[in-house]
Amino acid sequence: MDLPHHGYRASKQRGRAAHPTGDSVLFEDTSSAAPAMNNQGYYTPGYNMEGTSNDMQGDAGVNNLFTDPMANAAMMYGSSLANQGKDMVNKEISRFMSVNKLKYFFAVDTRYVLKKLMILMFPYTHQDWEVRYHRDTPLTPRQDVNAPDLYIPTMAFITYILLAGMALGIQKRFSPEVLGLCASTALVWIIIEVLVMLLSLYLLTVHSDLSTFDLIAYSGYKYVGMIFTVLCGLLFGSDGYFVALAWSSCALMFFIVRSLKMKILPSLSSDSMGMGSSAKPQLRLYITVATAVFQPVIIYWLTSHLVR
Amino acid sequence: VALQEESASMAFTLYSLIQTAILCTNAVAVLHEERFLSKIGWGVDQGVGGFGDDPGVKAQILNLIRSVRTVMRVPLIIVNSACIVLLLLFG
Repeated sequence: MDLPHHGYRASKQRGRAAHPTGDSVLFEDTSSAAPAMNNQGYYTPGYNMEGTSNDMQGDAGVNNLFTDPMANAAMMYGSSLANQGKDMVNKEISRFMSVNKLKYFFAVDTRYVLKKLMILMFPYTHQDWEVRYHRDTPLTPRQDVNAPDLYIPTMAFITYILLAGMALGIQKRFSPEVLGLCASTALVWIIIEVLVMLLSLYLLTVHSDLSTFDLIAYSGYKYVGMIFTVLCGLLFGSDGYFVALAWSSCALMFFIVRSLKMKILPSLSSDSMGMGSSAKPQLRLYITVATAVFQPVIIYWLTSHLVR
Repeated sequence: VALQEESASMAFTLYSLIQTAILCTNAVAVLHEERFLSKIGWGVDQGVGGFGDDPGVKAQILNLIRSVRTVMRVPLIIVNSACIVLLLLFG
């Protein structure tokens, strides 16, 4: 059980080291607009302050190198161009998805990641599955262990692709196209699952607060189980693979049912129209159970060809 | 060999996902209102049964079909023409 955590800690440190010099759009927005923008309570002020001071130090260091006025003017022109480009990219992206909502899902810290991985692998002792709110907005994953996040699914997805490449390489079946094929297969399965979930939630008029990103997060949690299964399959052979498959399937099914039950099912006490409500609770239960049952199937489907 | 094994286990590329999406949307858009849907009781006027706060599964499906047909008609023309041209050029 140590190896998956090692992988996560290493990638988490890489993520932290890249942050102060980070030039990805999402993080730069937070640090530069920290005093003015009220991020709707998604970020604690400490996080914003650290981002701002890092940004200022970076700017001072770069400016001291260029004393030549021509180079200075060119650099300022270049940076104004870059700012224009950044604004344009921001505008285009924010037409498709709200960047604030996306930032909420990446507000994690090490303690949260470790606890969440523990819950994903062993959910039977976790007591309280309620997602806590703070004045009508959901708490960030930093403050609430039950909140879904997108950091773990993203990292797990990338780790899964790397692990698949390694597994195929061990069996001497590796070629670079296979890696891309594996990645796009897994991505397509996520897209299909999220679309089917959205469609079924729409058809049964379940008025839950599950957004698209929440569904992507819950679909992505299965990659943690997949990584564990593939590792056990590589280390302990075919028997270890099936044991790990059974373990992570049960854990994941329990996790999904308990998490989604809170979101999908409680709204049945609010719509008590005597007519069709007898069909509704059963259909909602079917959705939850079908989602849970789908997870082991897809885990087996996507990993069996890696462990021969 | 590895690629053949991958495709044997239903390897998807993003291109096949786009193909599936285009085919499914075309299938929904082709359902004619008066020649087909009304005959099997799925017409526009037969969907809205009760005006409670939960329309029910059938009404939602009919709503979905109607809105897909209305919204996707023009984009589908464009996308299908582009697909035809690309397939003719590149096989």
